[in-house]
Amino acid sequence: MPGTPASRPIPKPIVSMRGITKSFPGVLANDHLDLDIYASEIHALLGENGAGKSTLMKILYGFYRCDSGDILFDGLPLAIRSPHDARLHQVGMVFQDFSLIPALSVAENIALFLPHLPSVLNLKAINQRILEISKRYDLQVNPRAMVSQLSIGEQQKVEILKLLLAEAHLLILDEPTRVLAPHEVEALFKVLDSLRQDGYAIILITHKMKEVLECADRITVLRGGHLAGTLLRSEASEDKLVALMFEKKMASLQINRTPLISESQAPLLELSAAGTRAEGLVPGLKDIHLKVHPGEIVGVAGVSGNGQKELGDLVLGMIKCVRGRKFLFGRDSTHLSIQQVRKSGVGFIPENPLSMAISPFMTVLQNMALTRTWSYARAGGLRMDWKAVKGEAERTMQALEFSFPLYVPARSLSGGNLQRMVIVREMTAQPRLIIASYLTRGLDVQSTIAARQALVQARDNGAGVLFISEDLEELFSLSDRLIVLYEGTIVGSFKPDETNIFEVGHLMTGSVVQNDKIS
Amino acid sequence: MTKLAETVNRFPSGGQKVLQTVVRYLLMILLALFMFGLILLIAGKDPLASYKDIFSSTLGSTRGFSEVIVSMIPMLITALAVALPFRVGLINIGGEGQLFIGAAFATFGALTFSNLPAWLLLPLMALLGMLGGALWAFIPGYLKAIGLVNETITSLLLNSVAPKIIGFLILGFWHSPRDTVKTPSFVDAARLPTFFGTRIHLGLVFGLILLIAFWLVMKYTRWGLEMRAIGSNPQAAKRNGISLAKYLVIVMCLGGGIAGLAGMVQVSGFYGTLFPNFSMNMGFLGFMICWLAGADPLGIVLMAFVVSVIYSGGNLLQLTRGLPYAVINILLAFTLFIVLARPTFFKGKKS
Repeated sequence: MPGTPASRPIPKPIVSMRGITKSFPGVLANDHLDLDIYASEIHALLGENGAGKSTLMKILYGFYRCDSGDILFDGLPLAIRSPHDARLHQVGMVFQDFSLIPALSVAENIALFLPHLPSVLNLKAINQRILEISKRYDLQVNPRAMVSQLSIGEQQKVEILKLLLAEAHLLILDEPTRVLAPHEVEALFKVLDSLRQDGYAIILITHKMKEVLECADRITVLRGGHLAGTLLRSEASEDKLVALMFEKKMASLQINRTPLISESQAPLLELSAAGTRAEGLVPGLKDIHLKVHPGEIVGVAGVSGNGQKELGDLVLGMIKCVRGRKFLFGRDSTHLSIQQVRKSGVGFIPENPLSMAISPFMTVLQNMALTRTWSYARAGGLRMDWKAVKGEAERTMQALEFSFPLYVPARSLSGGNLQRMVIVREMTAQPRLIIASYLTRGLDVQSTIAARQALVQARDNGAGVLFISEDLEELFSLSDRLIVLYEGTIVGSFKPDETNIFEVGHLMTGSVVQNDKIS
Repeated sequence: MTKLAETVNRFPSGGQKVLQTVVRYLLMILLALFMFGLILLIAGKDPLASYKDIFSSTLGSTRGFSEVIVSMIPMLITALAVALPFRVGLINIGGEGQLFIGAAFATFGALTFSNLPAWLLLPLMALLGMLGGALWAFIPGYLKAIGLVNETITSLLLNSVAPKIIGFLILGFWHSPRDTVKTPSFVDAARLPTFFGTRIHLGLVFGLILLIAFWLVMKYTRWGLEMRAIGSNPQAAKRNGISLAKYLVIVMCLGGGIAGLAGMVQVSGFYGTLFPNFSMNMGFLGFMICWLAGADPLGIVLMAFVVSVIYSGGNLLQLTRGLPYAVINILLAFTLFIVLARPTFFKGKKS
């Protein structure tokens, strides 16, 4: 149900962003981006994770400061140094993880956010205003209720009410539908529609195609920090948007693919009807059937948060397999501990090395020993054979042409070096099954090639690889088989040459599976 | 909690830093004494004379010195009972309760098997004491490992349960025919041997050996490595295949066992009997000493010694200077403040 753009005489943008550039160490998050926001419009900001949507909006909201570029309000450049400045200029933002205080009531939370909060609260008056506004926009919540007792959908209403009471006229919503059930999404869009009719400007950050086409007036697509294009709703179609989001890039690395897959060989990993419990906002895995054979890289595509992390953790044994079974190397491993799984020959490269793989205050060398303390322990554990640890690690480092210091605390390493360290550690164990999530995140071009080469080499030696990534180009060039995860289920399974980036992009954003979901 | 463990893991424990550590602690203690001196002045007492009293009654005489060592023994052991779980990020405030239960188990051994010879009875009592403490610590450890309750709160709450159990046992079953509030005196075979004609007993050796073993285990062994990994980043350690739950339970029980041993040492080495409030807060003092020392073994020895001096000297101030006993708590509190302020306080001095 496409919304009709409000027809108005050519308006001036209320906010313009010009040449916004922002870099983080190692990443150019925004590269000379321009964006115009008009009153009475819903403007969708579309792009993959890491495309720079959130960064751009956090700059507008004063959360980050841009390296260069201007923000114009009604044509006048203004410096937005903090969210406080942004609020003074009637800009408000709802973050992905809400910022409400659970121990306070709805009215108290909203009062805290008001720009001119008097020393003595007049909660009655605030309650009154909440009721007025919530009636008008159909944002029904009880102002006296504790936030801790509200559902996620209600909390979102409170977040929006908060902005409205603080007299924001430009509302930025960061992936507002991520946490909502379908009927709640519908209700949210109705609210947004009525806000638009009252002259509010709304920016919707999202990567869900369907929603964009349903409610946005204009659509700006970002890709890798660049502006890929701005379309009016009437010009946009799913294909056009997918094309803008996932432009096919030239592969930076050519890998000779020697098809080694022998389906006749017993699979290294087999998940049959496996499922996990949903935790918090993240959907659990449902009914996963997956096999990884020796000599095969199985790529897992999907927008992050759709079950990739759970898939890796499920294989590792970090989270319980509550339904179905898991077989490793032909053995039923549904209930093995992580240590047993690792001992049986599984290597694990997690998505975030700092929080998930290393002990920051121990040295790099000590960290190298952590996954296999049993094999380096001497005299029944009374002594550790550090020479062996060092020797083995250095051998792998040479093979991969990685180099980093061994005798410094791990936390002093850069992100790229941490990732190299984890790759070296996991490859040293010569695993028969490798789970690699976001393998090349934070690596420079040369190390990226080396890391991929290491995986391909392991595969050529008969290992199986479960390769989780959001980089479609990388997935297509490395995988022997591809599966697509969406909301915890496998929505597609292909050989790379049977499909193309656009089809996978559709599946990742959930725009094709819509029919299946109803059944 | 991870943050605490990080602090601990950063704390130097190498041999080359020994001297630096000693000097740093001495400076801090001098500062605490200076501030306490101001309090004494306000109270109209002569600080120098008071310190002289404390010194002469503790370090100044052989007997005084030996008494300092005697009161330091349980502190050493209960501090270690906190330091070990600390390394995996567990906060064991339950030393007091574990000490009580350990003492009760040991007393049971002493009363029941009083016919056994000392070489058999004493190890048996030590084992029983450790078993009792470990059982008491198993409750918070297990509840933590299955992700139910924070061990800090459970171990603390259990502290007020344990003395009631002791009271029940003593008043109901174990009291001596003549005296209802304590057990009969232990037989000689159930008493730890003492040295040099003083009251210093074998418990000192227990404490020192355990501290050295703790240091060696943390530094050299596979288990020390794995424990440090857990303390530094539990999630990563788990993913790396270290069985977190197992470690949490075992280490908590070990900590409890050590505290239980402190209980056995007190009833067997010091009192030779068990009575309801025998602990004199040794469990809590151990917690404070462990914090002051940053869970470092050498630091524990130093801090236990200092606290013990203050404690023994405090008794005397009461007698000679007419000061209330509570002033000693002021001095202890100053020491605590200053040592805990250490990270910023001496930053300029660090390279």
